[in-house]
Amino acid sequence: MTATAERPRTTIFKRPSSTTGWWSWLTTVDHKKIGIMYGYAAFFFFIIGGLEALMLRIQLASANAEFLTAGAYNAMFTMHATTMVFLFIMPASAAFMNYLIPLMIGARDVAFPRLNALSWWIFFFGGIFLYSTFIFGTSVPPIGPDGIAGNLAAGGGPGSFNWLADSPDGGWFGYQPNAGPFYSPGTAMDYWALGLQLIGLASLVSAVNFIVTVFNMRAKGMRLLRMPVFVWMGTVVAFLLLFSIPIIAVALFMVTFDRQFGTLFFAPVGGGDPILWQHLFWLFGHPEVYILILPAMGIVSEVLPVFSKKPLFGYSAVVFAGAAIAFLGFGVWAHHMFSSGITPVAQAAFGLATMTIAIPTGIKIFNWLGTMWGGRIRMTTPMLFAVGFIAMFTIGGLSGVTHAVVPSDWQQTDTYYIVAHLHYVLFGGSVFGLFAGLYYWYPKLTGKIMNERLGKINFWLMFIGFNTTFAPMHWLGLQGMVRRTWKYAPETGLEPWNVVVTIGAFIIATGVAVFMYNWYHSRRHGEDSGLDPWDARTIEWTIPNPTPEYNFAVSPVVSKLDHFWHLKYDQDDEGRAVRKEDADQIIAELQHVGLNPPEPIHLPTPSYFPLIMAAGLLLMFYGIIYHTTAWGKALIAIGAVVSLAAVIGWAIEPVEEPHDKPGEERSEKVQAGV
Amino acid sequence: MSDVAHDTPVSHHDEHESTGIDNRKLGMWVFLSSEFMFFGALIATYLLYSNRGGFEGTYPSEIYDIPFTSVSSFVLLMSSLTRVLAHNALSKGDQNGTRTWLFATAALGAVFLGGQVFEFTEFVTKYDMTLSSNPAASAFYLLTGFHGTHVAIGVIMLLSLWGISRRRGGLSEKQGMSLELVGLYWHFVDIIWIVIFTVVYLLSVPPA
Repeated sequence: MTATAERPRTTIFKRPSSTTGWWSWLTTVDHKKIGIMYGYAAFFFFIIGGLEALMLRIQLASANAEFLTAGAYNAMFTMHATTMVFLFIMPASAAFMNYLIPLMIGARDVAFPRLNALSWWIFFFGGIFLYSTFIFGTSVPPIGPDGIAGNLAAGGGPGSFNWLADSPDGGWFGYQPNAGPFYSPGTAMDYWALGLQLIGLASLVSAVNFIVTVFNMRAKGMRLLRMPVFVWMGTVVAFLLLFSIPIIAVALFMVTFDRQFGTLFFAPVGGGDPILWQHLFWLFGHPEVYILILPAMGIVSEVLPVFSKKPLFGYSAVVFAGAAIAFLGFGVWAHHMFSSGITPVAQAAFGLATMTIAIPTGIKIFNWLGTMWGGRIRMTTPMLFAVGFIAMFTIGGLSGVTHAVVPSDWQQTDTYYIVAHLHYVLFGGSVFGLFAGLYYWYPKLTGKIMNERLGKINFWLMFIGFNTTFAPMHWLGLQGMVRRTWKYAPETGLEPWNVVVTIGAFIIATGVAVFMYNWYHSRRHGEDSGLDPWDARTIEWTIPNPTPEYNFAVSPVVSKLDHFWHLKYDQDDEGRAVRKEDADQIIAELQHVGLNPPEPIHLPTPSYFPLIMAAGLLLMFYGIIYHTTAWGKALIAIGAVVSLAAVIGWAIEPVEEPHDKPGEERSEKVQAGV
Repeated sequence: MSDVAHDTPVSHHDEHESTGIDNRKLGMWVFLSSEFMFFGALIATYLLYSNRGGFEGTYPSEIYDIPFTSVSSFVLLMSSLTRVLAHNALSKGDQNGTRTWLFATAALGAVFLGGQVFEFTEFVTKYDMTLSSNPAASAFYLLTGFHGTHVAIGVIMLLSLWGISRRRGGLSEKQGMSLELVGLYWHFVDIIWIVIFTVVYLLSVPPA
């Protein structure tokens, strides 16, 4: 870290100062390091979620299979979805937002560096908490007051891996009362509800942080409509989180209270209304799907112009379409509930509202096509993933419109047709977008370029595997194959396509393995990227690779959209881009300046407290599950004390240790006796 | 990268705020906008259940003590006034006045909380309305309980500022911003209470 000169300390403890090794990661407040940690954690959970999916596919590869018990199957599909949504795509998007937003707006960090670290630790502990259900959680047979059997839990039919059944098994949507106290007794669903609460809290905190960062930390000249589209989409996502997370927080509190303290929010026997849960869940859940897709759309909007050598077609239309999707996204939630008995008027209204979402989405797709049209296209790996994104997302979007037609949706509800749709938008969409971003920004992390040959193998394996897996699900669904069901009978004739689907899933897994090898391999043996490997357009490429700790040696001054491009290119009389003669010199100079700051730079000082505070919360959440026992109460108390101590320590220590900035120390002094 | 460490004056990472609004203040506004959704969901849930009849147990709307709650609501609203007076005193440089009004605000908040404890105790012991009586009771306790928690956190923050001011003989400029932040939060908690008092207490009727 910078400025290590001896100074009087302002806190009781010595502040952490290591820049390498474990401590530097545990105490870091650097948005880049936090982004990297988000990224690796997300990828770890991606692998876990993928393994869960493979187990599901092995079970479904043959009719009446007995690979998994029914209980284990329920647990696997619940954890697969929960993991991929909350522990993979969301944190992976957070990784990109953390790493890139400050770089793209010309800032040295986010507005609240320590809060950023807090978000990360709460998220990470939330993931650990959720997954610790496999060790501590229990799923026991229902003890419903009316004697109706709920979830099949332990011992649910023949098969292996029954130990997996002791984990959340109520679906990622946790429908009530199935996931409530009577039909899912045992602690597994408590781990689910409280784990999501923690992860949601992390998202809320980072949403506040990113909104303030984007509005307040922009470099000079970086007007809102000069920001890269990825920054815009990140901002829109932050607003979506800001307004949807509190709703799921309330709903999850209600579930927790139902399960732990005997309230009756969702228990029909006591007067509770299960449909309320569906409303609250989807009022969060539908904005959530845009939270998952918009960052990927932002990434694609960065990648396409660079590899087409053209500015993004209709920049402001793409930005406003993103905002419009978010806005409309709050008005369509009940399309997840067409079969739940809501009134025909509500069905018609929500069906129509849902169709309107296709308009801004279509605007984006046509703008992306317009960006490529007539461009000098380079089919590098990031570009392949970006183009794959457009194609696959369009298919997913079109099947999505078919759900907006209410009678059609009644036929599709709870079939594999829906599974096909959601994977086309989430895998073909979000995941392809994220992979495009990983290949595109890898040089920013490492100073190397990922191997192109492996990259193309990776893309084609994933692309072919993806379509082999999910395209047949459309027809399986239309033939009536039901979701979330452990077995199907041989007479249904569903087996052949299910075999194909399972083969596809393994092809995807092979593609991911190639990616992991490429990531690891290129780090050592990759080609040096230099400052500008892609002939890029945005200002995160005006600084050396890998990114220096201080980001910008000199705070940038931005004069145009695609600022970096305009540094390198002029227009000829016919409006074609012509590379300036001294472009290479400009790049060499940027590289030199970027590595040699003219004056020392102060960065936020690392801190122990975000980690400690998150750890305290983790203890409290464990305590809540076991609050009826003495040690559960003790855990709550210890956790509260730890968190409170962290709050106090946090409040006392300054963001940066004091330094020679004139006037700073004086303003710290008390205005006593004025 | 310690190779850039020197002792001379430095460029600073947060030298300007593009909007001209302090980061912390903007952050608080943004956070509070999220809190509206939080209470919105809770209030909507209460409205859904408040007069849905046919279930056992006492409904909250049958036992509200409106005169009592009116008084405690008035107390809470007055705390917003004292909060403004504290802020006003600080901007005039009157540290003693700031301290007094800060304490008054916290005290009024505490009185409100005491009223809520009394109310809950009455409801449970006298009318036997618990969390598990019916969904309306569940929703009432969760909503007002979360509001009470917010007030309690506000009281703690106010008392912390008061304590700092007492120990150090006044609040610095930076702590003045903290006072402003706590104030924003405190006003929010008050505004939400106005909605709760109107919609939940005054306008809700027992099931027919």
